[in-house]
Amino acid sequence: MPLKLIVNKEEKTVDVAPDTPLLWVLRDHLNLKGAKYGCGIGVCGACTVLVDGRPVRSCMTHAGSVAGQQITTIEGLSPEGQHAVQKAWEEVDVAQCGYCQSGQILAAAALLNRNPHPTDAEIDAAMNGNLCRCGTYPRIREAIHHAAGATAEQK
Amino acid sequence: MKISRRCFLQMTAVAGGGFMLGLYDRPWARAQGAAPQLTPDTFIRIAPDGMVTIMARGPEIGQGVRTMLPMLIAEELDADWNKVHVEQADLDEAKYGPQFAGGSMSTPIGWEPLRRVGAAGRLMLLAAAAEQWRVPVGECSTDAGKVIHAGSGKSAGYGELADRAAKIAPPKMSDVKLKDPKTYRIIGKSQRGVDNHAIVTGKPIFGIDIELPGMLHAVIQKCPVYGGKVKSADLEAVKTMPGVRHVLAIDGTLSTAVVVPNEPGMEPGIAVIADTWWQAQQARKALKVEWDFGPGKAQSSDGLAKKAAELLKAKPENTMRSYGDVDNGLKSSAKIVEATYSYPFLAHGTLEPMGTAASFKDGKLEMWTTSQTPGEGHALAAKAVGIAPGAVTVHLIRAGGGFGRRLMNDYMVEAAWLSMHAGVPIKLLWSREDDFTHDAYRAAGYHGLKAGLDADGKVVAWRQHLITFGEGDDYPAGAEIDKLEFPSGRVPAYALYTSQMPLRLRTGWLRAPSVNAICFVCQSFIDELAAAAGRDPVDFQLELLSATPVLLDKPEQGGDAPLNADRLKGVLEMVAEKSGWRDRKKSPGRGMGISAYFCHMGYFAEVADVSVDAQNRVTINHVWAAGDVGSHIINPRAAENMCYGGIIEGLSHMQQEITLVEGQVQQTNYHRHPMLRMQQTPKIEIYWRLTDNPPTGLGEPTLPPLLPAVGNAIFAATGKRVRILPLAKSGFSFA
Repeated sequence: MPLKLIVNKEEKTVDVAPDTPLLWVLRDHLNLKGAKYGCGIGVCGACTVLVDGRPVRSCMTHAGSVAGQQITTIEGLSPEGQHAVQKAWEEVDVAQCGYCQSGQILAAAALLNRNPHPTDAEIDAAMNGNLCRCGTYPRIREAIHHAAGATAEQK
Repeated sequence: MKISRRCFLQMTAVAGGGFMLGLYDRPWARAQGAAPQLTPDTFIRIAPDGMVTIMARGPEIGQGVRTMLPMLIAEELDADWNKVHVEQADLDEAKYGPQFAGGSMSTPIGWEPLRRVGAAGRLMLLAAAAEQWRVPVGECSTDAGKVIHAGSGKSAGYGELADRAAKIAPPKMSDVKLKDPKTYRIIGKSQRGVDNHAIVTGKPIFGIDIELPGMLHAVIQKCPVYGGKVKSADLEAVKTMPGVRHVLAIDGTLSTAVVVPNEPGMEPGIAVIADTWWQAQQARKALKVEWDFGPGKAQSSDGLAKKAAELLKAKPENTMRSYGDVDNGLKSSAKIVEATYSYPFLAHGTLEPMGTAASFKDGKLEMWTTSQTPGEGHALAAKAVGIAPGAVTVHLIRAGGGFGRRLMNDYMVEAAWLSMHAGVPIKLLWSREDDFTHDAYRAAGYHGLKAGLDADGKVVAWRQHLITFGEGDDYPAGAEIDKLEFPSGRVPAYALYTSQMPLRLRTGWLRAPSVNAICFVCQSFIDELAAAAGRDPVDFQLELLSATPVLLDKPEQGGDAPLNADRLKGVLEMVAEKSGWRDRKKSPGRGMGISAYFCHMGYFAEVADVSVDAQNRVTINHVWAAGDVGSHIINPRAAENMCYGGIIEGLSHMQQEITLVEGQVQQTNYHRHPMLRMQQTPKIEIYWRLTDNPPTGLGEPTLPPLLPAVGNAIFAATGKRVRILPLAKSGFSFA
């Protein structure tokens, strides 16, 4: 049955059961591959997307439950990668394999949106649910501070 | 050379056309000549606008080779790195040389030949310019993407010379002169990952992201017990579920060998193929299957531990190495220290689960895979669908983590078979639960150790008995121990034994195979000895490293470079200095621990500073690492990131375990096999000790010493030894 979703500011109609996880609607119906499948039970954060600006686990979110809400994926954060967090990730050379990083970047963007200058402890608390199997955590901390600085300069 | 790695290299020898084995039979410097003849035109393309395309040959699993290996070529080509575009090569080892990611080998086997490729390309550009300007080639030089003739002031970009250069015969590669390292402008300067932009913008660059026209999605339900098979299944019931196109029973080709190979053939099961992955997964969950669990059902972790405890008391079965009079040494020693250590099976848990996309059509197979040994997978897939290897094309796709799991190619074989039988392109994707319950696990192990100290606190005898798996000379992957395991050859009397248990479970290589656990045992026990001797662990270890080595009666064939004690001493002293080891203060609940290790040609010493609270919760405050991987750190920030990775993975290992109950793996997802989180991550400092040795890899050597450094720190903080992993079984947890 047709379901209307607002993804990256565009209205999309998909024909899926409303209890289909948002992750698989994004990946297999809308061909947005940025959100990743990691655990399927909401414990790793690789599937993180923003719904009305809040980070959610798309693998555990029924597509039907977010109809009409603003869904932002990594592809929509800034298509050219110009968001301060994306630029910081690139410059600081955060990624190893890179698989978890779209989730990490969206979680970091949401953090900076509500707390433009987080301390290490605030970063750790906000990012603790996003796992990185490669161990890029020191670089993620560094990049968030870097992005926070860049945001401050722009203001 | 650890046996595990030797086995790995014998395996890759098949894929690499004998090259790797040859390489391992010789010291590194001479070995390079055994490489297949690489030519500049294979790796380098120069466009008229000056853009230089360099082929990346190896599988990228997060270790950074897609950036680092092209850097080697670009340096000697004297290219402008800002005008370099990196392109991933398809599998073709006759053309590109070895294309695998394992054993921390990409750097040592790429360092010399790939620089020669770049240097040869530069000579061809110089020759082209000299020809065009009618000047002696010796008067021309290069400067970041252009050729210059100082005498006439002429200058031409590589793009302008490319056509002419392409017509010049490549020089003899062995005669090519390489740059003076002092003039490097790319090597040794941090270059960002070439895929960084694609990663931060969510581009579909991973294996899981592959889309093919007309592609369907596949999952496979396998027996929860390794080696079991389908007794009966109601396939019809799920065929009518939404999106389902095919339901296929897989009989499998699983090996019945007593010692389970790490490439054991296809596991039996039921494959569900649907329009979307979610539909396939839903139908698969609805499947009703009755299993014949087979003999694996009788197996449990408790049972294995019990059997191991019995074997530790019995006479050992195999002698790996024995010299000196150990019994007498122990008898006459002033102090005897005795301990048993154990560690569990571990899963790899790469964040991207196993999978591969395959398209079988008209007797030809095309695959998009994240394998770390695509050459091996290529051969296995061709065999599985009954076609010649020449009819198989393999594309190397960026992997969401490897850690050794993708050295095994089961998912490639499955994808090939499914595409052939379904008659459509398919993308196979294992669920996370499939990934945890059908891994090729890091082998568990149980060690009995006994050592004697003389009145001066010097080790006089060491006896070690490993209870592991396999039969006779045959050990499953990662379950063996090397006869040169430290302190073999560094104490006056030494004996290393193994006894084996049968195992109906697939094991495989996990980052720093076998030594990721054995280093924990040996470096923790050495710390115990230092404590018993009342001596500083650094002095104690330096003394062991200063002993005149007792050599093997017969040098090992195909062995790795032996331990260079001076290099290990160097990093040990360096980390002690950087961490303030000598000035550390004793305070209750806080302690520092140290360890040092040589593996995968790299030397690392690490110090951990931990706090332990009243509930035995451990906070890792700080980790210092000092490493010696040769003369150059090719891509420094990426190298540092890899070290973080090894250290953080080591911390994760300390809290993970895979257990079996009635043959079934109990840990089905990350919550039961927890990896370290950001809040638990310590401050980490990495220091390099540059030495006059060819550069070697960083994928593995930082991991093993982390575990004993932390265990020894916990002892320093609490007086309690961590002898059993995971930490919970020794009464501790990470805060």
